[in-house]
Amino acid sequence: MSSSIPEHLKYAKTHEWVRHEADVAWVGITDHAQAELTELVFVELPEVGKVLEAGQACAVVESVKTASDIYAPMSGEVIEVNTSLMDDPGKVNSDAFGEGWFFKLKVSDPAQMDQLLDASGYAAQVGS
Amino acid sequence: MMMSEILQKTILHPQHLALNARMVGFGGWDMPVQYTGIRQEHLSVRSSGGLFDISHMGEFLVEGPGACDFLRRCLTNNPDNLSVGMGQYTLMCDHQGGTIDDLYLYRTREDAFLMMVNASRIMDDWQWLTAQCQSLVAEPDSVHCENLSDQLGALACQGPAARQVIGRMEGEETQPIAHMAKNQIQLTHWQGTPIWVAVTGYTGEDGYELIAPNSVIPAIWAWILEQGQAAEIIPAGLGARDTLRTEMGYPLYGHELSPEISPLEAGLGFFVDFNKGEFTGRQAMLEARERGLSKRSVAFLMDGKAAPPRAGYRVADQAGNLLGLVTSGTMSPSLEKGLGLAILEGEAKKPGEGIQIEIRQRWYPATVVRKPMYRKA
Repeated sequence: MSSSIPEHLKYAKTHEWVRHEADVAWVGITDHAQAELTELVFVELPEVGKVLEAGQACAVVESVKTASDIYAPMSGEVIEVNTSLMDDPGKVNSDAFGEGWFFKLKVSDPAQMDQLLDASGYAAQVGS
Repeated sequence: MMMSEILQKTILHPQHLALNARMVGFGGWDMPVQYTGIRQEHLSVRSSGGLFDISHMGEFLVEGPGACDFLRRCLTNNPDNLSVGMGQYTLMCDHQGGTIDDLYLYRTREDAFLMMVNASRIMDDWQWLTAQCQSLVAEPDSVHCENLSDQLGALACQGPAARQVIGRMEGEETQPIAHMAKNQIQLTHWQGTPIWVAVTGYTGEDGYELIAPNSVIPAIWAWILEQGQAAEIIPAGLGARDTLRTEMGYPLYGHELSPEISPLEAGLGFFVDFNKGEFTGRQAMLEARERGLSKRSVAFLMDGKAAPPRAGYRVADQAGNLLGLVTSGTMSPSLEKGLGLAILEGEAKKPGEGIQIEIRQRWYPATVVRKPMYRKA
């Protein structure tokens, strides 16, 4: 299965994507990740106001077969979560980089962006 | 040390790869967990039909003038109740009443029986069966056991459309396949090769299981998919097989059944005939029943919106006292709710009673329900 890797996003090795605007980072999981996880039946999101450290497990996605952790790609405070995923977790499968976003972070250390992979780095990691 | 396991392959392995199936190790076999998606395959079985490769399962033949007598003493259900051409669900227990395996027993002739056993249990079952045969059968020549697991493959075609498609198979059978009743089995032919067709399954739907030499399995597989295309019968993997059986509350060996869990504790007392005379495990089960069972398997539904329950999650009563563990759990594709089976200690829980399931260090309310959890509208 081929999966897209948009050029304008940054990526964590743990398959999260980040879109950084001013001091806010949108976070989701990649198309590759959703394809590997298979159809999602449940998404558990962090609470708004929660302060996350980069690398911290902060959300859970569940397919019929398994539960998997999602990690914060950057440190910061959760300022908004995509509550629509609670009713329709399939959005992550159908539109991982858009409608299927997970949460927004108020980034505490913008320099962490440099530690994330760019599209070609992530493509190399997933071998596509 | 964990050795990397060499997985066995069914005769349909190339077909699964060609269909881009996601493969997974199950009971020592490399099996398709899904082709297009577990939910889609599950819902297809409920609405039209699904075709499963179940060639990993084991088949034993037990025949001879002493076969029925031996099986009456080795298995929990009563083979005397089987007329020729019928099958029954039954269990094989050890002397403590622990479960060696659960299986389907078919009477194919007056003095011949076919046992269909779990893939992960073939070796243990065969050892136990042959040892039991030696100890229970006075005249060794009166019972002959044969392990046909390597030679036979099997398919399960399940769902409301299965009957119209499998019914088109014509192979000199004595009764039209489309008119066979639940639990019936008969011999038919696939281009001259004898095969068994049975009206059994593990999904709660109407459907057939076909047991045939490996040499003809790929042709039958292809024929059913071609014939079933218009009726929307699609290949279905072990993922859907698991969610379908969980919705029905059917046990899976290693989860609801084990050497530590007796058929009575698993809620399968209906398949244990205490009135047929002596059988292996009878005494231990009678004593356990007399003392009062120390644990019982129950079905439950999650109350509100919650993550799916999973095997191994802890279960407590409403006051927070630990009761036991979830043995199987999933997000039900039919009911769109979390549900599962759990083994609970203490007094029997009645349908309607509230319990709690621990999911990631938080407790979520659930309700004990009657099986099956899924009922056809």
